[in-house]
Amino acid sequence: MKKIERKTIIENVKSMLMDSVKTLHQEVIDAFVTSREKERNPLAKNILDKILENHEIANSKDIPLCQDTGLVVCFVEIGRELYFDYDLDEAINVGVSQAYTQGYLRKSVVKHPLNRINTLDNTPAVIHHEFIPGDKLIIHIAPKGGGSENMSTLKMLSPSEGREGIIKFVLDTVTSGGGRPCPPLIVGVGIGGNFEKCAWLAKKAILRPLNDLTENPIDRDLEIELMERINKLDVGPMGLGGDTTCIAVKVNSFPCHIASLPVAVNLQCHSARKNEVILVGKEIDNADNR
Amino acid sequence: MEKKLTTPITDSQIRTLQIGDEVLITGYIYTARDAAHKKLVEAIENNEELPFDIKDQVIYYVGPTPAKPGQIIGSCGPTSSYRMDKYSPYLMEKGLKVMIGKGDRTIEFNDVVKHYSGLYLLAIGGIGAKLSECVVENELIAYPELQSEAIRKLKVIDFPAIVAIDYQGNSIFNK
Ligand code: SF4
Repeated sequence: MKKIERKTIIENVKSMLMDSVKTLHQEVIDAFVTSREKERNPLAKNILDKILENHEIANSKDIPLCQDTGLVVCFVEIGRELYFDYDLDEAINVGVSQAYTQGYLRKSVVKHPLNRINTLDNTPAVIHHEFIPGDKLIIHIAPKGGGSENMSTLKMLSPSEGREGIIKFVLDTVTSGGGRPCPPLIVGVGIGGNFEKCAWLAKKAILRPLNDLTENPIDRDLEIELMERINKLDVGPMGLGGDTTCIAVKVNSFPCHIASLPVAVNLQCHSARKNEVILVGKEIDNADNR
Repeated sequence: MEKKLTTPITDSQIRTLQIGDEVLITGYIYTARDAAHKKLVEAIENNEELPFDIKDQVIYYVGPTPAKPGQIIGSCGPTSSYRMDKYSPYLMEKGLKVMIGKGDRTIEFNDVVKHYSGLYLLAIGGIGAKLSECVVENELIAYPELQSEAIRKLKVIDFPAIVAIDYQGNSIFNK
């Protein structure tokens, strides 16, 4: 039986969040630089420059990239050989609370959708779990902004609408979102499963590394075609036109019912903050695990 | 070339601006997002006085991150403006002239801006670290219970924005 200490979880969640709000992954920065070089619209180019400059300022001044430091989304992959004698979700939420209260991050979570009373520490996070073989615990974490989340969509298409139906729905989502989700975007598309599964697939898609090529050729072709067509929409950075509407499209699929073709589109804004850690379980006997 | 704007904003300043113009704002501006707008409109409906004189003023749709010790303000980029469309006409009726936020607004809002000879400016979303460098004073003036959504009076120098709806109701989003 292997364990990971509760305090290791708390510390890692806290530090991952505090880093992620001011530093984007290098691959995202590289994508902005490449897009900037190719961009033909002067205003769009100018906005991409400002996005890159903002990243430098956030880093050097230790200040969040964006004032919306998000609702925390967490995907936890749990090695089957691990044993927990504490509540894993509670530990993650303690890490979230510490990051937001001690790290000067904005608390953007309300207790009830209708009473709108702030929870004051940005908890609870939305946590998804999966089991994996082995003794590792992998935590993917993303402080997800409200602006881009609000422009995300889900539709139960009819199977007859097929591939073109999916493409149309994705393009409509990006067009009607315009500048609101803060493009350039990472577009996560979930197809198949059922109502909630396709949303989950789309959310997981935006957390994939940008150079991660899907194995499934159907999904890969869709990613390539969508990327091309989205960047021809002339939505552009902040919706003001240009060649750079998205820097990546990621499609995840799952088997589905003969009667259904669910599709979900989750939009990630240019403040594409995320982090991940792999923790390895240790044999611990009778140790104080708290 | 950017055009300089100084608050409070006069009609003559507004009339020189066209959609797509880049502006740099200097002077005092007030922050308010959804929750503060709700309270301001409730105050108007109850015939109560507003917490600041809104005439010819600028409202910036922002809820900043908390300032660290030694900082004036945290990250402070714009939030989406369309959520304020329901409330803004009440405030413009009381004299509000300029709104700064991100994204488009409902199409009917173009006429609201025209009716009051106002101005809707876009700030670039997601660059709150950079925009924080324009803020030289930050004072919480109303609704502290709203936390990041409280109303703050900010003094800004050369705050960059783009004209999105001009005083004639032309919008950069429906060119
Ligand atoms: S959509 Fe993203 S970049 Fe834009 S304000 Fe929200 S969190 Fe920030």
